[in-house]
Amino acid sequence: MEFRAASDQAILVYLGEEIGLESHQRVFQLLRLLQEEPLAWVRNLQPAYCSLLVTFDPCALDHHEVEDTLRRYEARAEKMTLPPPRVVEIPVCYGDEFGPDVEEVAAAHNISPSRVIELHLSRSYRAYFLGFAPGFAYLGDLAPEIATPRLTTPRKKVAAGSVGIAGTQTAVYPFSTPGGWRLIGRTPLAMFRKDSEPMGLIAVGDEVRFRAITREEFDKWPPQ
Amino acid sequence: MSSLLVENPGMLTTVQDLGRPGFGALGVSPSGAADPVALQLGNLLVGNAPNTAALEMTLVGGRYFFSEGGVIALAGADFGATLNGQPLEMWIPHAVRPGGTLEIGLTRAGARCYLCIAGGIQVEQFLGSASTHLLSGLGGFAGRALRKGDVLQFAAPEHMIRRRRISTWVLQSLQPRKCLRVTRGPQVEWFSESATRDFFAGTFRVSEDSDRLGLRLEGPSLALESPREMISEGVSLGAVQVTPSGQPIILFVEQQTAGGYPKIANVIGADLFRVGQLRPREEITFAQISLGEARALWIEQQRLLNSGEELFA
Repeated sequence: MEFRAASDQAILVYLGEEIGLESHQRVFQLLRLLQEEPLAWVRNLQPAYCSLLVTFDPCALDHHEVEDTLRRYEARAEKMTLPPPRVVEIPVCYGDEFGPDVEEVAAAHNISPSRVIELHLSRSYRAYFLGFAPGFAYLGDLAPEIATPRLTTPRKKVAAGSVGIAGTQTAVYPFSTPGGWRLIGRTPLAMFRKDSEPMGLIAVGDEVRFRAITREEFDKWPPQ
Repeated sequence: MSSLLVENPGMLTTVQDLGRPGFGALGVSPSGAADPVALQLGNLLVGNAPNTAALEMTLVGGRYFFSEGGVIALAGADFGATLNGQPLEMWIPHAVRPGGTLEIGLTRAGARCYLCIAGGIQVEQFLGSASTHLLSGLGGFAGRALRKGDVLQFAAPEHMIRRRRISTWVLQSLQPRKCLRVTRGPQVEWFSESATRDFFAGTFRVSEDSDRLGLRLEGPSLALESPREMISEGVSLGAVQVTPSGQPIILFVEQQTAGGYPKIANVIGADLFRVGQLRPREEITFAQISLGEARALWIEQQRLLNSGEELFA
């Protein structure tokens, strides 16, 4: 556990040095512990691949006191048993107008567009954390054969439900937002609904699988 | 219930309160007023709790019709306002008669003006807050900026409102500062010596391409000591991140919650409301202070906002 001040009201807790399940588990354990036994002065918890950003009330305590308290949680966090990951299946209509970047990804790796889709479907992904926008889950890791850097110039508008890849990660855009991930398909599912419980379709720690659907199935999908 | 008809929404007017902290794990950023100090003082003037929902206007005010009347106060930047054609003073409550029209003009200084209404604007709460999050279209009034013809409801005030103004010394302590105070960012050591020197000695211009998500700055290019890939991590409000172009961005109230650009500094909590009042093309500088000093300034600001009667003249 390493600490670094992020701001006068936030501290970054580093729990690993590389993206992977090992770092993810430690972040998730500490997050769960702090969610189950909330500390009154914690204002927000933002998990990521290898770190947890803890925002606190500076009127209550300073960085040293936050650090001391969190250190006392370390041993207990390591012993937290995590529930087996929830499995979430996402139907995706790949390619054509929903996947404008499939061809480019294929060309970059010297494989066929259908192989890109096959490889995207070939494994299940861990939801490392949520960020960028409500319900936007960073899913990893992609098959190395299709890992592709993000676009140099992000699109001003990406449709809600778009499935993108960036580096070794994949994600579904819950809302129509600007975005720089390479788009390969689209899901008819609503990824985040304020009137459902839970609001987000994917939560930290989930196991996510994609399933290919046809354009016809996509069009006939019941409105969300 | 009384109502407010939007006859002209100005440039970008949204419903805001103090935001919804605590939902980072869902990917939800706190959002909330860009100048939370002005929002809180405006609410206190009309007898509301500090966190009550109000209208946040950006650079241009707009025109609003009160069919049943109400009690209002304007706080934050002075956009030049009139009520039924008569000039309206800021930082003091005013009674609006039924059928009254409030017209708010163009910014004279600062970027955001708040229209606080006694009883508070009533919208459906999302995760415990009335704040609009524009990027996702959640919260506030239909999750979007106001449009011509929108009708907003507000509750009738429960008690008499005293006509008193915010005292001069409080307003003086809220004067704009073109020098933002910052603490060291978590990746400050990644930057070259000349980059850190330029950051603190240089002048940066607020780009036109700035909004509630972030303020893009134009100034000396800030380079890393050596190229380095960063693993995305949670980003704090007011973080000054530097993109590969070398130009810094101050992450603001509607920021994305995580990111992978190195952060050279972080604006202190007590100066964040000043970020909310920066206009495009304004020039700013940065000064570094310690975490302890930043904390003391925050505690002092909170004490001021909670000092009750002392705030008023």
